[in-house]
Amino acid sequence: MNDITIGSRRFPAFPVAGRAGASFKPQHLEAIVSAGARVGFFEVHAENYMGAGGPPHAALTRIRRDYPLLLHGVCMSIGGPQPLDKDHLDRFAALVGRYVPAVVSEHLAWSTHDDVFYNDLLPLPFTAATLRTVCDHIDEVQSAIKRPMLLENPSTYVVFAESEFSETDFIAEIARRTGCGLLLDVNNVFVSATNHGFSALDYLSEFPLQHVGEIHLAGHAEQTDDEGELLLIDSHDGPVADAVWKLYDIVIGRCGPVATLVEWDSAIPDWTILMAEADAAQTIMDRHSASFAIGGRHAVAS
Amino acid sequence: MPLPHRPEGPRNDFTGRFCAPLLDPERPTPRDVTGPRSKAADKRYDVYRNNVTVSLIDTLGETYPAVQRIVGRTFFRDMARIFVRAEPPRSPLLFEYGRGFSAFIDDFEHTASMPWLGDVARIERAWLDAYHAADAPPLAPETLANVPAESLSTMVFTPHPAMRVVRSAYPAVTIFAANRQSGPVGKILERGGEDALVTRPHLELFVRKLPPGGAVFLVALCGGRTLGEAAAEALDREPRFDLGANIAAMLEAGAFTAVEAANC
Repeated sequence: MNDITIGSRRFPAFPVAGRAGASFKPQHLEAIVSAGARVGFFEVHAENYMGAGGPPHAALTRIRRDYPLLLHGVCMSIGGPQPLDKDHLDRFAALVGRYVPAVVSEHLAWSTHDDVFYNDLLPLPFTAATLRTVCDHIDEVQSAIKRPMLLENPSTYVVFAESEFSETDFIAEIARRTGCGLLLDVNNVFVSATNHGFSALDYLSEFPLQHVGEIHLAGHAEQTDDEGELLLIDSHDGPVADAVWKLYDIVIGRCGPVATLVEWDSAIPDWTILMAEADAAQTIMDRHSASFAIGGRHAVAS
Repeated sequence: MPLPHRPEGPRNDFTGRFCAPLLDPERPTPRDVTGPRSKAADKRYDVYRNNVTVSLIDTLGETYPAVQRIVGRTFFRDMARIFVRAEPPRSPLLFEYGRGFSAFIDDFEHTASMPWLGDVARIERAWLDAYHAADAPPLAPETLANVPAESLSTMVFTPHPAMRVVRSAYPAVTIFAANRQSGPVGKILERGGEDALVTRPHLELFVRKLPPGGAVFLVALCGGRTLGEAAAEALDREPRFDLGANIAAMLEAGAFTAVEAANC
């Protein structure tokens, strides 16, 4: 694969399919730069790099020199009924142009109503009407960034009585209509399956795995619901749970090696601990890679 | 101030119904959400209330660490919760959130005994703005040295994108500095006002205490006044104003990026 050159800047073009990566946290920069990092890529939340300059961009530029970068938006509010924030879309597209990420992704969720930003990934009902607005919004994002994006399945705590589609049917139909790829968050599948009492394996067998261009893994926390039953919280504050590793193993067995991110966004550990989590994902992929080596499936996003 | 009440909207406006109670603990769980098999969803919906409120309080804690250290974590989080509910963010860029926090602190009755606290928050806000500001090389001292002496008073300066001046009637810079370092904070003996100059000439942030008249001088320069006009204004307000020392200090701090003759 050729490097990408924009103006005088050269971006090493690394393929990320089949590689495991980690969230990039600024406090890890020194450890990463001084010791080198055995990871396939780094991923960042786009909004943290929407300032004009300063240390955040200096750090990200440094990382981008040596590693592929994946850009993950968390605030686009694709799942809400109101039009996308044009300024935010412009900032997002500018960041895609500035860093030439290997993968660009966003969430099936919303976070803004009127002009209030709620800073959480809020849920939506799965109806014909919401399907239309989500697809329109994804069309708009893809045309602004001039490339396909991946859409991430949500983790949820409530369901909407008015939903007409299953989550997997809803997501499959979005991919079909918009041509977007999918980001399968295996922890989100496990969290939602536990919270809503469905089978994570059934969900995975209904999920359109052929569109998956990236996988997310993360830790979750345990609480209880109104009836005292287990309620899992998508907290990203600890290691990946054993049950989620098992599901991941099954997913990779079915669809072959896919770029896999270990997310860790709160109670962030030393770099070596996060790197070990990414290593664990790489080991699982490598174990399956022989079966996919010839004529195997490749990730849709590259 | 609670968010405006939005009655049940059109069917597709599930967001309006969903978000109204997020920052208003008095409102019940929206009627259109449930647990699986129509289970109750109060604790489930509370996860969203908690995510929104706690993440925004955390954001304020990250932006205002000195304020948090001064008032203590529990007090800070209680104060921040009131602010979050009254002034939620209007932008998805969280580093922009909380511009109203210093004014809120000024008016907060439980911090009335610390009248300087709002100014400490203003310096912390300026610090974060400088952190994210556009990169630009600071004005090199030689550039100014090459300006003929007779033209100096007619020169105008371009402020560095990261440069901020915060004025205070209290020793806010000393209090800020004492509470942004990790060591113990001794008794603050300073009295009287202190003005802060925040700069980030390259990647490192600097917060300096300005000499007498320095703030008037820099604010005038930022407003497009010539060096002569800004110096006259500073001297008029502060007889102790020392022009040479202030020029040297502003160059060293990297407060400006360019100098040129006025009207060219």
